[in-house]
Amino acid sequence: MVIADSPAPQVTTRKLTTAKAMVEGISQEMERDSSIFVMGEDVGAYGGIFSSTTGLFEKFGPSRILDTPISETAFMGLATGAAVEGMRPIVELMFVDFFGVCMDQIYNHMAKIHYESGGNVKVPVVLMTAVGGGYSDGAQHSQCLWGTFAHLPGMKVVIPSNPADAKGLMVSAIRDDNPVLYMFHKGVMGLPWMAKNPRSLGPVPEEVYEVPIGKASIVRHGSDVTIVTVSLSVHHALDAAEEIAESGIDCEVIDLRSLVPLDRAAILESVAKTGRLLIVDEDYLSFGMSGEVAAIIAETDPRMLHAPVVRVAVPDVPIPYARTLEYAVLPTKERIVSAIKEIMG
Amino acid sequence: MEDKTRLGLYETMVMSRSFEEAILHDYHADKTPAWDIGAGLIPGEMHLSAGQEPVAAGVCAHLGANDAVTATHRPHHLAIAHGMDLKTLAAEIYGRETGLGRGRGGHMHLFDPSTHFSCSGIIAEGYPPALGQAFSFKHHKTGNIAVAVTGEGAANQGAFHESLNLAALWNLPVVFVVEDNDWAISVPRRGSTAVASNAARAESYGIPGERVENNSVEGVWEAAGRAVERARSGAGPSMIEVHTVRLWGHFEGDAQAYRDDMDQLSERDPIPAYADELVRDGVLTPDQIEAIAADAKAAVAEAIDFAKSSPIPSGSEASRYVFA
Repeated sequence: MVIADSPAPQVTTRKLTTAKAMVEGISQEMERDSSIFVMGEDVGAYGGIFSSTTGLFEKFGPSRILDTPISETAFMGLATGAAVEGMRPIVELMFVDFFGVCMDQIYNHMAKIHYESGGNVKVPVVLMTAVGGGYSDGAQHSQCLWGTFAHLPGMKVVIPSNPADAKGLMVSAIRDDNPVLYMFHKGVMGLPWMAKNPRSLGPVPEEVYEVPIGKASIVRHGSDVTIVTVSLSVHHALDAAEEIAESGIDCEVIDLRSLVPLDRAAILESVAKTGRLLIVDEDYLSFGMSGEVAAIIAETDPRMLHAPVVRVAVPDVPIPYARTLEYAVLPTKERIVSAIKEIMG
Repeated sequence: MEDKTRLGLYETMVMSRSFEEAILHDYHADKTPAWDIGAGLIPGEMHLSAGQEPVAAGVCAHLGANDAVTATHRPHHLAIAHGMDLKTLAAEIYGRETGLGRGRGGHMHLFDPSTHFSCSGIIAEGYPPALGQAFSFKHHKTGNIAVAVTGEGAANQGAFHESLNLAALWNLPVVFVVEDNDWAISVPRRGSTAVASNAARAESYGIPGERVENNSVEGVWEAAGRAVERARSGAGPSMIEVHTVRLWGHFEGDAQAYRDDMDQLSERDPIPAYADELVRDGVLTPDQIEAIAADAKAAVAEAIDFAKSSPIPSGSEASRYVFA
């Protein structure tokens, strides 16, 4: 795939999965900075349920790669306290769906302390967490929920869709002085035990590099419709754009890469060109990313639109278990193609 | 105990009380005739700690500025005993730009990097960050410790139990303190807690637990000495529960109609009781009592003057400090 707006690391032909790219970013940063440590459930010998820490325990040992008890409140708070005292913790919440048992530490503490302290205290935590559905894990293990976190002030929210961004965004997240929520979709990790998008394996530069947080990537240039999306849906949008190109419709696909900060300029520039906006979001439809992106156009200049905004998201329903039901609510290539046709009239 | 130590404990308690009496005065001064919690020089909820000074004085006497303290929604006595600058503390309470949090935090959200002090307005949630501070101290081998304070009502929260287990498991240099003031707002301890002493809960996690009765500042000082020494030596966490007293309401404006112990409060005030004891033991004279009170009042007045004469934050600056 094209990562047109990434900084230009050296051209490489080496390919990694998203999971391995993430781990490489963590590992290279840990070698550079001894204040970085990783903790969470099964991040040690297991290597992370979704391979987000594979090999780190063997390399850095139990003093820097720590398996925690199943006590998310305690270890989220531990991350905050360690960050306040000068460390740079990377803490994993195994599934974002588990936020309910520790949200107080995340949003009342980690996210607010810098503000409440009038800028005197910094909390440089990377909170990495698995998101997304598509493999029948049911309503408590399949959500995206980035809209929930992006709604709350004080945390950056980054969401890589491919290996190269996964590494660069991880490096940037670690170096950032703010709490950064790093949300990796299980479907882009390149796991051998789950259906995966072919783009979950991709070229990744070997040297350390940053992908700036807050800068969207235009992953396909086009002139008729702007598709704004993030995470696994980027790939569905690209697949849909390829298919519909045969009908002569030229889609531009924007991978937001982060919701906080949100690259409003990239959205506005593209919609000003195409005059049509389709938002694709694997999170819930209402009060979330899709509404926020639409509001940017409404607040700036709704006259730039040639057609009403269309949204493809999870209708406001818990993620169902049965495959037929789940794929009826997830954003799929088919739903996106049909939305493009709708928007083109 | 050395006379000097006893005198120090007394002076700390008097300073804290003096500060809170001044806050109490200003808090209520301009909320009449129609009492409005959001009005006046000091708006918002106000949780004062009068009666609980022995906990703060007894524990913090063992700490240096590089040791961490995490406190609760009722934090002033601990902040003062731990050596927080009275001026920036007062300025934060008055919501001024010169305050600890430049007026963004308020009295329940005090963060002071110079004394490694913080507090949380959420019950029991000050425990987990203390683990992280202790983790960092241990990692960097600084010899410092973290003290985490909650009330007895908080001991029924998950955060409390998760923290005890994790601190014990990772052998972190933490001292857990429970201020048992009998009341979780309006719910008495007998209505909330199935065990007689939270020290027993500590024991169940393999942590030494000790309960100090009678709000004894010297009892706290002795127990805290053992716990702090244990943490500093690398032997791990401890817990101290102190049976203390909340002399005033849960927050200011609380009519406390639910309380059945109001008639005993004046005799349970730990400060005059400790003064009497020190006079009896020849450590303190009545003249000294007056001098200590006068010194505290002067320091408090200076801090409050600083707060009141400090600039009020501009509304146009409300979005500053969300991100570093």
